[in-house]
Amino acid sequence: MFLSEGYRKIASDGIWNNNIVFGQNLALCPLLAVTGTATNGLGMGLATLVVITASNGLISVTRHLIPNEIRIPIFVLLIAALVTLVDILMNAWAHELYKVLGLFIALIVTNCALLGRAEAFASKQPVKEALWDGLMMGIGFTLVLVALGAAREITATGTLFANASLLLGESFKFLEVTVIPGYKGFLLMALPPGGFIMLAFLIVGKRLIDQKIAAIKESSTLPNKAITE
Amino acid sequence: MKFDPADIQRLQAKARVYWEWLKRWFEPSNLAQLRPQLEFQTGVLAGFALLASILLGMTNCSTEATIQRRLDEDLLMSLTEVIPADLHDNDMLRDTLSVPSAGFNIGADETLVYLAKQAGKVTAVCFKFTAPDGYSGAINMIMGIDRDGNILGVRVLSHKETPGLGDKIEAAKSSWILSFVGRSLENLAPAQWTVKKDGGAFDQFAGATITPRKSVQAIFRGLQLFKANKDQLIHP
Repeated sequence: MFLSEGYRKIASDGIWNNNIVFGQNLALCPLLAVTGTATNGLGMGLATLVVITASNGLISVTRHLIPNEIRIPIFVLLIAALVTLVDILMNAWAHELYKVLGLFIALIVTNCALLGRAEAFASKQPVKEALWDGLMMGIGFTLVLVALGAAREITATGTLFANASLLLGESFKFLEVTVIPGYKGFLLMALPPGGFIMLAFLIVGKRLIDQKIAAIKESSTLPNKAITE
Repeated sequence: MKFDPADIQRLQAKARVYWEWLKRWFEPSNLAQLRPQLEFQTGVLAGFALLASILLGMTNCSTEATIQRRLDEDLLMSLTEVIPADLHDNDMLRDTLSVPSAGFNIGADETLVYLAKQAGKVTAVCFKFTAPDGYSGAINMIMGIDRDGNILGVRVLSHKETPGLGDKIEAAKSSWILSFVGRSLENLAPAQWTVKKDGGAFDQFAGATITPRKSVQAIFRGLQLFKANKDQLIHP
């Protein structure tokens, strides 16, 4: 690996161990609201990725200026201003993309994960680490959104990445597949309760994998321990 | 205007002093001393708020015209989708007429009608309207009607219906919305203006009945608005 130990830890925390959804249980409101389809999940994930990286960077740059007592209002102010800025600029200069992602951009303000990263990481770390953390947290969040969106979409309508070409352009038409042809549809999964149910399954899956990993680690370290003792 | 070299040097020296002072002030150790002071905290919060407002205000002012142009382009795009290009030779965005629509339950009390004219004669009209009672909120639509009252085209502009189920009202996702072309109050009885489940002429979707039902009913009310104002609209 070309990354140093510290950066690798930030990456593994962001993507898996301390994932925004699985590890911190944050950002559930936008998560459950938009993951009706995998495409929507991807759109929300990418928009959040950009904003969380920018907000981490901005807060890290100004971290010495921000007094502890009034840090929360300043973080909220910075994040809200940043989201609004992205919203306006995209509407003006990337209008086609805005028509697809516009709904998600405004929702990012309600994403407490941004405030969480500002408070727990960016306000205490140098700029490079903060940007890297934002990027990794964003990637981890995007992966969960796409996984949850895909699982709900397949169970609700039997398709995967429907209308991805509207978001990513015509060249991504190949992503759109019908997984279960002639599927009758299962409305519940497309509605908010389906989001909760599927999220629970995903969290269970993540815990099971973690247990497996821990078990493998234990069995491989035990003999060594015996020898050293 | 000429500067004395000595003056310039003096100014440079002064600037350097200020620059050094600024650098020292922004040192983390200096800021750490300042941070507990109430005056500093007030100043920082005010400073951040001021900067954010200036930045947002400037961005808003400098992009307002561009965004308005984009919205106009969007509107024109929707207009040309529901009104065939060979039906008009005028600028429909500027050729408008406002009609009262309070009794029709299509969202607004006043509806702006865009007129399509060929050689000065109205060939078709187009207006935005709303189904206020969609499954999860208002469904905003646009419809083009020719001068005889036949639908030229309907498009959904925005909605909050269930993704994957109710969103088949969008032209991009299904051809359902095209089934209205050629329909009118004359060739379809009022009882037929609903989904097949209710004995009407239009398909519902698997898993979503309310969205298409409410859309059909709103389109029906839109046609009634045209009928009520027909004379005024096609002979302005």
